[in-house]
Amino acid sequence: MPEVIQTFDLKKTYPLEEPVHALRGVNLTIGPGEFVSIMGASGSGKSTFMNILGCLDRPTSGSYELDGVKVGGLSRNELADIRNEKIGFVFQGFNLLSRTSALENVELPLVYQRKKSKIKPKDKAMDCLVRVGLADRMGHQTQQLSGGQQQRVAIARSLVNDPALILADEPTGNLDSRTSLDLMGLFQELNQQGITIVLVTHEPDIAMFTKRCVEMRDGLIVRDTPIEEQRDAKLELEEFSGVIGI
Amino acid sequence: MKIFKLLGIAQSSLLKNRTRSILTMLGIIIGVGAVIVMVAIGEGTKENIETRINSLGTNLIMIRSASNSAGGVRRGFGSSRTLLLKDEHTIREQCDLVMAVSGIVNVNGQIIGGGSNWSSSVMGVSPDYTTIKSWELDEGTFFTERDIRAKTKVAVVGTSIRDNLFGGGDVIGQSIRIQSVPFKIIGLLKSKGSTGSQDQDDVVLVPLTTAAFRLRGDSKYVSQIYVSATSMDMLDAAQEEVSQTLRMAHKLIDGEDDDFNLTTQTELTEAFTSSTETMTTLLAWIAAISLFVGGIGVMNIMLVSVTERTREIGIRVAVGARGFDVMMQFLIEAVVLSLFGGLTGIAMSFGVCRVLTDFAGMTTIIQTDIIFISLGVSGLIGIFFGLFPAKKASELDPIDALRHE
Repeated sequence: MPEVIQTFDLKKTYPLEEPVHALRGVNLTIGPGEFVSIMGASGSGKSTFMNILGCLDRPTSGSYELDGVKVGGLSRNELADIRNEKIGFVFQGFNLLSRTSALENVELPLVYQRKKSKIKPKDKAMDCLVRVGLADRMGHQTQQLSGGQQQRVAIARSLVNDPALILADEPTGNLDSRTSLDLMGLFQELNQQGITIVLVTHEPDIAMFTKRCVEMRDGLIVRDTPIEEQRDAKLELEEFSGVIGI
Repeated sequence: MKIFKLLGIAQSSLLKNRTRSILTMLGIIIGVGAVIVMVAIGEGTKENIETRINSLGTNLIMIRSASNSAGGVRRGFGSSRTLLLKDEHTIREQCDLVMAVSGIVNVNGQIIGGGSNWSSSVMGVSPDYTTIKSWELDEGTFFTERDIRAKTKVAVVGTSIRDNLFGGGDVIGQSIRIQSVPFKIIGLLKSKGSTGSQDQDDVVLVPLTTAAFRLRGDSKYVSQIYVSATSMDMLDAAQEEVSQTLRMAHKLIDGEDDDFNLTTQTELTEAFTSSTETMTTLLAWIAAISLFVGGIGVMNIMLVSVTERTREIGIRVAVGARGFDVMMQFLIEAVVLSLFGGLTGIAMSFGVCRVLTDFAGMTTIIQTDIIFISLGVSGLIGIFFGLFPAKKASELDPIDALRHE
């Protein structure tokens, strides 16, 4: 089985008047089934790194291999296809289509699928919504759902194309602590099912739910350590509910 | 990506902004509607004129005397008296391309009959006159060659004469007096209705010779000669033949001007329709400009829509839409918008034409080809004005688009 992510000396320079070196040679390998958090203050280059990992942006130099495919020299259209087939995105701001049902939102990546699938897009999407626990909310419009539910829809959307990698960019940033716990529980559950997840966050607390923490500063990886004592979101949620008496 | 999927996306996004979509379409609706209605009015007017001119006669050539001038004052056609009774005979004998000929002698006068009186136009004509005009008899008979030779005092009247003098009763066998000369009514013309202000049924026909000798007194002359060519195609050839025959008969030498004037039905039609055509073209152009403005409206709204939906575009691109997919989505939206506007415009133009016909009494003709042309044009407008916004949408950077608030 190939590594899910393998970058070598990844550099990104923005050609401004005074060139900005957002990434200055990043080497990272992430294997299948890993649950990695990328931490760093703003300006550390983690967003740029995330965009390159997500094939939304191209590195200035260096190589990037995603699920055995060299992504470096691909065209815009080829990158779009890679995103469609191999990556699932979860954003801080949910990024769902407004005035559109949960089901249609989840179906969206399949609309742009070039390979024909045997399973009907609708069935596949319903399946994913069941996996994130929204079986009874499929027909609801985006604005009729709570923040936590919206993020669950986004996670269902990221699952729908059976991606090699789920990229989550501050997924709990807009949510209260209880809902955050709830969602981290879902991520942990999905990871247990074997899905590789890379989670970008600036909160050390959240990073504790993952299995490995990568810290970035000034466009470089400064620390890459396994989490010794992984927090269990489900357990904590039960305790949390107990404390406030729900 | 399949086309119906794109159509589905276009449909749902247009429905989400219903008011805006309808307002945008309004530009196209009015543009297309205006073009069709203008052309329909033009076509209707043209046909109106053609029917009116055709009601003058079948494959008609009208011959009048040329203008004369007395002491430098030119007096217009028909002012000289050069057309003779015998010219009619000459044309009938010598012209092969002529189907029917009738001299016409106009007589004015009060008609007295049935204990009442009425002013009408009395015309002396030949029996051929009914062929030329395609007039038919309702009752009785028309006068014949024998009546012409014998200058009998018989008359064929139109229904207006019957209604005004005899109160709609039986007229055959009744007698009327024109300029104190008694005539016996032998036939009643079928009613033809009026064209514009002219009542075609207010007419009294008497034998040409009777009118010339007994009513006018200047027995040699006719006011006009109406000639019917054998067919529409032969009209020009017949005109030439009649012209040559008359020149010979009038002993005109080469280089001398005609002392008569020929007008064919086609010339009349052309003269009358050319001005309407200019008008129609002008109006259609103005309507086309409004259609163009409608197209700019489509582009405007599509540009707003692209900006407003930047985030949506970002999401679509992030989950794997190619630039082409995004472009097609917006292009199809623009085309659907303008095509739908075009269809509505066509439907509305039918309604407007109906109203114009029913309430304003205008003749309107909507031709099939103009419908397909305007539908095609509205589709093209969608492509033309949708392309720029769609291209703009497809070139958005996904990272910026996702961050767009």
